[in-house]
Amino acid sequence: MSTAMFGARVQRLADARLVRGEGSFIDDIPLEGALHVAFVRSPFARARILSIDCQAAREMESVAAVYTCDDLGSLDILMPLLIPHPSLDQPRTQRPLARGDVFHVGQPVAMVVALDRYTAEDAIRLIDVDYEPLEVELDLQAAVADGAPRVHEDVANNVAAHFVQSTGDPDGAFARADHITKIKVQVDRSTAAPLECRAVAARWDRVSGELTVWDGTQAPISVRGGLASILGLDEDKVRVTAPDVGGGFGQKVLLFYPDELLVPFAAMQLGRPVKYIEDRNENFIGSSQERTQIHELELAATKDGEVLGLRDSFLHDTGAFIPYGIAIAQVASTSIAGPYRVPNIWVEFKAVYTPTVTITPYRGCGRPQACFAIERAMDKLADELGLDRFEVRRRNLIRDEDFPYRRDGLMFADGLAVEYDSGQYGRALDMMAEHIDLDGFAAEQQEARAEGRYLGLGLGFYVEGTGLGPYEGSHIRIHPITGKVYVNTGLSCQGQGHETVFAQVAADQLGVDASDVIVVEGDTAAFDWGVATFASRAAVVSGNAIHKAAAKVREQVLEAASNMLEAAKEDLVLEGGKVFVNGVPDMAATLAEIATASNPLRYAFNEAAKTSTQFAPASRHDGPALGEGEAPGLEATDYYSPPHAAWAYGVHAAIIEVDPDLCSITFKRYICVHDCGRMINPTLVEGQIMGGIAQGVGGAHYERIEFDEEGNPRNANFMDFLMPYATEVPHAEILHIETPSPLNPLGVKGVGEAGCIPVGQVVASGVADALQPLGIGPLEHVPLTPDMIFTALGGEKEE
Amino acid sequence: MKPPLFDYVTPESVEEAVAARAADEDSVFLAGGQSLIPTLNFRIANPTMLIDISRIAALKGIEISDTEITIGAMVRQRQIERDSGVERANPLLREVLHNVAHTVVRNRGTLAGSIAHADAAAESPAMLLASGGSVEVRGPGGGRRIEADDLFKFHLTTSLEPGEMITAVRIPVLAPSTGWAFKEFARRRGDYALAGICALVTLDDSGRCTSARLSACGIASTALRLVKAEQELSGGMLDEAAIVRAAKAARDAVTAADDSQASTAYRRHLVDTLTRRTLAVAKTRAEERSAR
Repeated sequence: MSTAMFGARVQRLADARLVRGEGSFIDDIPLEGALHVAFVRSPFARARILSIDCQAAREMESVAAVYTCDDLGSLDILMPLLIPHPSLDQPRTQRPLARGDVFHVGQPVAMVVALDRYTAEDAIRLIDVDYEPLEVELDLQAAVADGAPRVHEDVANNVAAHFVQSTGDPDGAFARADHITKIKVQVDRSTAAPLECRAVAARWDRVSGELTVWDGTQAPISVRGGLASILGLDEDKVRVTAPDVGGGFGQKVLLFYPDELLVPFAAMQLGRPVKYIEDRNENFIGSSQERTQIHELELAATKDGEVLGLRDSFLHDTGAFIPYGIAIAQVASTSIAGPYRVPNIWVEFKAVYTPTVTITPYRGCGRPQACFAIERAMDKLADELGLDRFEVRRRNLIRDEDFPYRRDGLMFADGLAVEYDSGQYGRALDMMAEHIDLDGFAAEQQEARAEGRYLGLGLGFYVEGTGLGPYEGSHIRIHPITGKVYVNTGLSCQGQGHETVFAQVAADQLGVDASDVIVVEGDTAAFDWGVATFASRAAVVSGNAIHKAAAKVREQVLEAASNMLEAAKEDLVLEGGKVFVNGVPDMAATLAEIATASNPLRYAFNEAAKTSTQFAPASRHDGPALGEGEAPGLEATDYYSPPHAAWAYGVHAAIIEVDPDLCSITFKRYICVHDCGRMINPTLVEGQIMGGIAQGVGGAHYERIEFDEEGNPRNANFMDFLMPYATEVPHAEILHIETPSPLNPLGVKGVGEAGCIPVGQVVASGVADALQPLGIGPLEHVPLTPDMIFTALGGEKEE
Repeated sequence: MKPPLFDYVTPESVEEAVAARAADEDSVFLAGGQSLIPTLNFRIANPTMLIDISRIAALKGIEISDTEITIGAMVRQRQIERDSGVERANPLLREVLHNVAHTVVRNRGTLAGSIAHADAAAESPAMLLASGGSVEVRGPGGGRRIEADDLFKFHLTTSLEPGEMITAVRIPVLAPSTGWAFKEFARRRGDYALAGICALVTLDDSGRCTSARLSACGIASTALRLVKAEQELSGGMLDEAAIVRAAKAARDAVTAADDSQASTAYRRHLVDTLTRRTLAVAKTRAEERSAR
C-alpha cells in the first residue's frame, strides 16, 4: 500500500460537481413527455371509506388517469412484510391504495396522473371521498389497555409483537442487589426530513419490454427484485437506478412506498414516462418516521455502584403498519445495556400500532432510545449512591480484556447473538475527562453560579452495532484506454461520500490516486448483487468487498506486468498509476497499457491497442490468445459477508449554559470521543459525526412530530417542526480512537448513525447538572423543550 | 404544494393597482410574498389574481424628516435594516428587523407587507405599536392614515377595508432622551417568537420616566400595547421595583392559549423575564442618550 490513501483526509470527490449544481437528482432526469403524480390522502387517522367519486377528476382535460384500489388489478395487494420475526404474530402492511379502511392521516387513497403537478393537485381536489371516521387512541400507553380503540380491528390491545429476551440470571441479580434504581423515560417521534424528499420516475419501453425506474432509494437492488416480482417481469428487464439522492437517513429504505410501485405501474399502463416528486408536506405525512418509545428500566447494583442486573420493559410505537418488522425495537432491546458489563439482563417490548404514519428505522434506529434509558439510569444510580457520574461508569465499562464480549441470549437485528468485537471504553472515558478538564470545569461552574449563571456538564456513552450483513459485493475493472479504475457496488449513496472512501480503498490496492477511481453504485445495470445502505454498513460491508476485489485485480496487474516487463513479481512496484521494476523506474508500464495488453485484440483501434493485437511482438504465439481459465482484461468481483455486527462506540460531553428565566439552553462546548475502528477518511468520519450530532440536537431539544387527539399531524411543515438550523447546532470537538475491528480485513466499523445516539442524554444530563442548585426535577423525556425545563423547575411562581 | 391557477398583473402605479384590486374582489396584493406565496402553495388562499406591486416606483423610497420616517410599501426589510439614515433616526427598527426571520427572507420581505399580514407573533406590528407609528393606505375611496393603535384587529386581520392597500409606513423619529429595546425568545434563530417585548422609555433630567411605550408580540390574538405596564412606569422613577411591577402587568396581558411550544404559564413567565430585560436595556440607552 504505497500510496496510503486509506486514512488520508481526501477531499470529497463528489462535491465539485454537486456545488456547481451539476448533480442529477430524480427531478433533474430529462424525461420527455413525462406525466406527474399527486395523491388523494386520507384526512382521517382512522376511517371507513364509504365511496370514492373520481368522475370530475377523470373528466379534466389534463388528467391522464385516476386510480383507486379498484383500478390496480393484481397490484391491489398487501405490501411485503420485509423482515418477519417469530414474535411478530400480528403483522400488518398496507395496500398501495387504501381498500375499505384508512389507518393514518396521509395514507394514499387515490392517485392522479396528469400533465403536470399543478393540474394533478387541482384534480385531487375534485375527487370526493366519503369517509366514516372511527375512534382512535394516540397515546401509546392507553393504546395497549384493554378496550382501547383498535388500529386494526382484529389486533387486540394494538400489540403487533411482544418479545422477551434475557441473558444470565436477572432475577438472581435483583435478589442480591444492595440497591435498585428505577426510571421511566420517554423519547418522542421525529422524522428524518431529508433535504430532498422522496422521488420516483419510471419509463416503460414497449418495444424492448424494459422498465427503467429512477428511485431515490437506499435499496435499488431490492426494489428491482420486488418490482420484477410484483409486476411479473424478468429481473433483467427491470433497471432501478438511485442517482444523486439528497439524504436518506433510513427513510428511503422502505420497500415499497405506494408510489414506488404505482409510478412504474402507471408508466406501463399509460405508455409514457411518469414522475412523482414528493413534496415536504407529503414527506411529513406519508413517509416513515421513528423514535417514540417509553422505557421502564431498573438497575440492580451493589452499594459500590457495580451493576449486577438490568430489567427493561418498553413500548415501541410502530405506527399503523409494521413492514420493517421489529427491527427498531430489537436494536433498542439489545443495545439497552450500552457499554456496560451487565451480566444479567431481562428485556421485553411490545410493538404497538397507532393510527399514524408507518415507523421504520431513522438514523439511530432504536439506539438513541436505548442510550437515553440506560444513561439516564446510570446518572440516577450515581446520584442515589452519591457517586461521581464518571466513576460509576468507569466501574461498569466493559474492560479491554473482556473483548470479544458476548451477551448470550440477546439476538441483534442480524439474528445473531450480541458480541462486541473490540474497544477501549475506559480509555475513551478518560480521554473525555481529560479533554473537558473536569477540575477546571468544576471551578468555572462555581464561579458562574456566583454570578447567577448556570453551567452544566452533560455526559453520554453509547455503543452502536454497525456493519450488518448479509453481504455486499464489488466488481472492479481497470479501463484499457484511460487506465482509470472503475468500481461498482450494489448499495447506493445519499450524500455520505461513498465515492470518496470506496475510491480510497481501491486506490491503495491499485497504486492510483483516489481521483482516478470512478465509483458507480446504485444502478442495477452496473452491479446487481447486494442489499442496501442502512445500519452504518456501507464502509464495512461494501468497503471490504471492494478491498477484496481490488486485491484480486492487483494480483492480475502484477502478473501481467511481470510478463510485459520480463521481471519477477516480487521486483515490481505498483505506484502512481504504473508498474515499474524496483530501482529501474524506466522499466515501466502504465495501468492503461497493462489493461490493454491483458486483452488480446484483433483490431488496433488506437496507438495503445497496437501492442496487444494478435501480431504484436509481445503477443503469445504458442497457443490460443487466452489460455484455459484465463479472462481478458484486468477485472475481478468479490464479496464480503460479516460474521456479525462490528460495535463502534463513543462518549459525548457538553458544557451547557441554561438561562433559568428563559429556560433556554446554549452549548458552550460539545466534545465527542469516538471509535469506529480504522478510519478510511477522518474528514468524512467527522462529517458523519457532525451530521449525526445535528440530528441528535434536533431530537434532544427541538423536534417532535405532534398529533392532535384525532390523529392529525399538527406540525407537518418546517415552520412548526423545529429542525435545528446551523445556528442551533454546536461546533463539535472530535477526538478519535482507532481500535481495529478484528472482524474484517480493513478493521473498520460503521459511523453513519453514531453522532445522533447520545445527544438526548447529553442535553438532559447537562441541564440537570446546571440547574441542580435550583432543585430541578427529573428530566426523563426528550425532546427537552424550554417549557419542560420550566415545568421541571416548578412552573409559575407568583412573587 | 403547488399554487392553484391565478392571474397575475404588474401595475406601474398605485392608482392602477387599486383599480385592478377594485375590479376583482378575489384578487390580492403581492409585495414581498414571504407569507402569501406559502399560503398559495399550501392552497390555504385561492385568489383569482395576484396584483404584484413591486414595479411601482413610488412605493420604493425611504424619506426621513425631522419628525418621521416614511417607508414605502415596497421597501424590503433588509434595505431598512441597512439604511444608516434610518439607524440614526430610530435605531429600534434595525434591532427589531434583526429578529425577523433570516436574511434571505428579509431580502424580499417588506415592512408594509408584514404589517398588513398582521401575524400576532410577528415583530413589525409590535414595533409599530410601541413607536406610535401609522400606515398610509389607499383604496377606491382615496387615501387615509391609520394609527397603529387602530390597525390590528385580530390574528391576520387589520382595519384596512377591502380593496385598500398600505402605501407607506410612518414611524416617528426617536426623541433624544428616549431609550429603546426589543427582545424576544424564539425556539430557533429567526423563528416567530414565543414572546417578544418592545419598549421605548423617555426620561427627564432627573431620571423620571415621562413616557413609556411597551408592546408585545406572540402573546395574544394581535400584537398588543401593554398599557397597564406603561402605567406602572409613566411619571415615576424607572427603578427595579417599577420594572418588576411593569413586568407583572405585562405578564397578565398574556391571553394566548397553550400551544405545542409554550403553555400559558411558561409564556407568562417569558413575558415577565423579557419585559424586565427589555426595560433594563431601554433604560440604560435612555440614560446614555440623555447624557449626550
